[in-house]
Amino acid sequence: MYETNYHRAGSVADAVRMLTEAEDGKFLAGGQTLLPTMKQRLAAPSDLVDITKIPDMKGIREEGNQIVIGAATPHAEVAASALVKSRLPGLATLAGGIGDPAVRHMGTIGGSIANNDPAADYPAALVGLGASVTTSKRTLAAEDFFIGMFDTALDEDEIVISVAFPAAEKSAYAKYPNPASRYAMAGVFVARHADGSVRVAVTGAGQSGVFRVDGMEDALAANWSPEAVAEMSLDSSNMLHDVHGSARYRANLVTVMAKRAVAAAG
Amino acid sequence: MAVEGIGARALRKEDKRFLTGKGRYTDDMVAPGMGFAAFVRSPHAHARIKGIDTSAALAMPGVDAVLTGDQLVGDGIGNLICGWMIHSKDGTPMKMGGWRALEPEIVRYVGQAVAVVIADTLGQARDAADVVVVDYEELPAVIDAVAAMGPDAPQIHPEAEDNLIFDWEIGDDAAVNAAFEKAAHVTRLNIRNNRLAPNPMEPRAALADYDSAEEHYTLHTTSQNPHVARLVLSAFYNVAPEHKLRVIAPDVGGGFGTKIYVYPEEMVCLWASKRAGRPVKWVCDRTEAFLTDAHGRDHQSEAELALDADKKIIGLRVKTVANIGAYMSLFSSAVPTYLYATLLSGQYDIPAIHANVKAVYTNTTPVDAYRGAGRPEATYLIERLMETAAREVGLSPAEFRRRNFVRTFPHQTPVIMCYDAGDYDATLDAALKAADYDGFAARKADAAARGKLRGIGISCYIEACGIAPSAAVGSLGAGVGLWESAEVRVNPIGTIEVLTGSHSHGQGHETTFSQLVCERFGLDTDSVAIVHGDTDKVQFGMGTYGSRSGAVGMSAVVKALDKVEAKAKKIAAHLMEASEGDIQIEGGELKVAGTDKKLSFTEVALAAYTAHNLPEGMEPGLKEGAFYDPTNFTFPAGTYVCEVEVDPETGKTEIVNFVAADDFGKVINPMIVEGQVHGGLVQGIGQALLENVTYDDNGQLLTASFMDYAMPRADDVPFFNLSTHETLCPGNPLGIKGCGEAGAIGSPPAVINAITDAIGSNDLTMPAKPEKVWALYHSSMKEAAE
Repeated sequence: MYETNYHRAGSVADAVRMLTEAEDGKFLAGGQTLLPTMKQRLAAPSDLVDITKIPDMKGIREEGNQIVIGAATPHAEVAASALVKSRLPGLATLAGGIGDPAVRHMGTIGGSIANNDPAADYPAALVGLGASVTTSKRTLAAEDFFIGMFDTALDEDEIVISVAFPAAEKSAYAKYPNPASRYAMAGVFVARHADGSVRVAVTGAGQSGVFRVDGMEDALAANWSPEAVAEMSLDSSNMLHDVHGSARYRANLVTVMAKRAVAAAG
Repeated sequence: MAVEGIGARALRKEDKRFLTGKGRYTDDMVAPGMGFAAFVRSPHAHARIKGIDTSAALAMPGVDAVLTGDQLVGDGIGNLICGWMIHSKDGTPMKMGGWRALEPEIVRYVGQAVAVVIADTLGQARDAADVVVVDYEELPAVIDAVAAMGPDAPQIHPEAEDNLIFDWEIGDDAAVNAAFEKAAHVTRLNIRNNRLAPNPMEPRAALADYDSAEEHYTLHTTSQNPHVARLVLSAFYNVAPEHKLRVIAPDVGGGFGTKIYVYPEEMVCLWASKRAGRPVKWVCDRTEAFLTDAHGRDHQSEAELALDADKKIIGLRVKTVANIGAYMSLFSSAVPTYLYATLLSGQYDIPAIHANVKAVYTNTTPVDAYRGAGRPEATYLIERLMETAAREVGLSPAEFRRRNFVRTFPHQTPVIMCYDAGDYDATLDAALKAADYDGFAARKADAAARGKLRGIGISCYIEACGIAPSAAVGSLGAGVGLWESAEVRVNPIGTIEVLTGSHSHGQGHETTFSQLVCERFGLDTDSVAIVHGDTDKVQFGMGTYGSRSGAVGMSAVVKALDKVEAKAKKIAAHLMEASEGDIQIEGGELKVAGTDKKLSFTEVALAAYTAHNLPEGMEPGLKEGAFYDPTNFTFPAGTYVCEVEVDPETGKTEIVNFVAADDFGKVINPMIVEGQVHGGLVQGIGQALLENVTYDDNGQLLTASFMDYAMPRADDVPFFNLSTHETLCPGNPLGIKGCGEAGAIGSPPAVINAITDAIGSNDLTMPAKPEKVWALYHSSMKEAAE
């Protein structure tokens, strides 16, 4: 690791100021991707501004029909939350399956979505549930927040404050993990809302990060059952391919995981 | 603590320090004034070095030295060597290219070291290494061993035309041809044994310290065999004569073969310590380990098995291409020859065998011995053939094996080995019973009802351990003898130190070697200490690999104990005025049989050292040494049964049951043996399901971290069902055969045989990645439907 300066921000304004003053600063929101990257000397920020200790960015609460999660909330807290478990069981499952216990206790929801790793789990939940992201500057719909692989709508000095998830009638997440990294090779989040609308969001498989599967959403809106999507084969031309699996195989995994997620949602 | 002798499930003496963070590993060592080394490595798989500019690096803060291959060669440091001479079938010696610890002219694999920086801190050393400018002219690279022999392949070393190092054979070609001509059935398979990265938990490390006044070097390093390291560093690399070089391998966190060898980095640290005038520490990071630790396996084979009308095997023909990598590592030539083809007879009575092995250079990391070393390759080949042949001729795989077992001993195979003892029916029977083999059909039906494909596979392995005797291995080309030495020092108050040339890097020697002493003298285990891993303390040793510490290292201890016991009895007989033949040792006391006369072990030891009253002419003291050279290899064997369920939708394999029935001869500590089997099985299952070193066509390593190289984890394996079935090895005093590698040797074919049974397709290669299994299953379903 190259030498760097560590700052701990006490407020959002504090954090933005510290970053602006730094020569080449980065927000540290748990660091479960950033720190290993720095250890490998693949990133060398002059300053790290730790935003995980900002009180406004912590905790899980219910606001009307929404579950609002502070951006600095670690995955383990989301997984263990009674509120999340009762209102959004799929989200609790997803958070409890990220990385390993150390990652789940350090990594945060804000850090995860700001990094937008194409194989990260959270983007599937945000898009699948139709969440909105509140930042230090604005509020964005999840689909407008995620732009592409490792790319979001965030400005350099913009911080995710919280994520608001509409409570769904049914939700579940099914992931097929990469055997080496245990990131998703295909992770599918399905949700059905009270108005009967259905969302199917996929992570791990797409070349541009998280995406929705319209055909599956239509099929499930008409018939909420695993069988509705079981035979649906997806176009693999925009799927990821690497030593662990071809695009064609990932397309198959999306179908299988979608089917299993619907079954798990009940 | 208690008196825990042979066969006791003694808890490991060393675990207190490991579990409480008190282990002393090389990276824990600190030398006053030490600097840190960072290596500059080739980003290309094959390139000519046109120039190296170190000026910017030398100007960086904290930098003492930036050293290159020209300086290394100029200082007379020798090339790295391969210590086992193999001759091709035409009688010519193997074609070995030069390997310099820092390469000045042509780099031949990604990660090869070309320069080293020594600086005050590791960060400074790395910063400076980043600015060493190496001007490369890229050359075409070749990764695949078969392609490397082709007409379009680049020439990697001038010494080896067509990149062919040797074209070796064993067995009787004519007899095999005759067998195939009269065969009633022939089974053919193309077999690929995948390339593996060993990944011990502790990476390689070195702390080298040159004392300019004494012209003496001390090297702390992660070695499985510190004396062999000293010998090689001294005799071949010209670092220093042996008496001016002390090598210490302190606590070492796993080896698996990859820490047998003397690598460029450790040698460069010694040389750089003198050059820079300060101690030099280097600790490998994980990506460096993937790039530079010797890899394992990487064979491509064509195998054919000839059967007569009674479904008895009459011949085996094998053609193997072994990928050696870019350079010949220390034992790389022995692995695909004498450690491999000599085991191709398996547990079976095969009258005619012929194997041809071509060893080939490629632009990849050097390949050498990795847990099992040659024997997993042989076992995988023969056990895949056996299962396939059984299916083809319509016999149960168990029955087909039984029909061909060796049952009389000694049994001379057509490929050098003479099996001394075994009972292959016993381990097969035990494994089938433990696996409820007969109840498989019902379990398969139940799995089908749940949408899963269930399969079962057998592997009957045999391996050869305790590679020996020295004269025999010498005649086969080994550059060293493969005996072991030990010394038993009884202190004046009766405590005992055992100095052994074996080296423990996870095997629990401090416990098991102590058990030998407890057994012999009835002493408490706390009164025994095991000393190893330091060339200044232990006279000599060949180290630990090839499951040899029990069969060879312990045998040397037993010989030394025999001498100590004989002398102690003489002293006791003299002191108690009894006949030497009447002295019995029991519970830490020397007693005169049939009387109540006795002396404690401490009293006898003290008498030996006070020397006030010793038998006429006896030297004082109670300390004896021994060298032990075995009379034969040992032959552990057993049967493994693997049962899997495959998810047809994803191709993912779950191992639902794994049974291992092993014959390791005498077992000293069942708990430690079980631990060895567990570890070996997990590594073998890792090879079968997950692990695969992968290069792209340009020789870039795609699996250079745990993000892409899939290591097995606890949730990838089931609870194992283990048992041991003892036939004693007649070749050593304790009857030990060895247990360190069996799990890794026997398990891969059991897993693949089970998966191919489940999916009804036999084309599966290791690792059985889910996508491969999924595609094979669906294409076999499609074929069946058409």
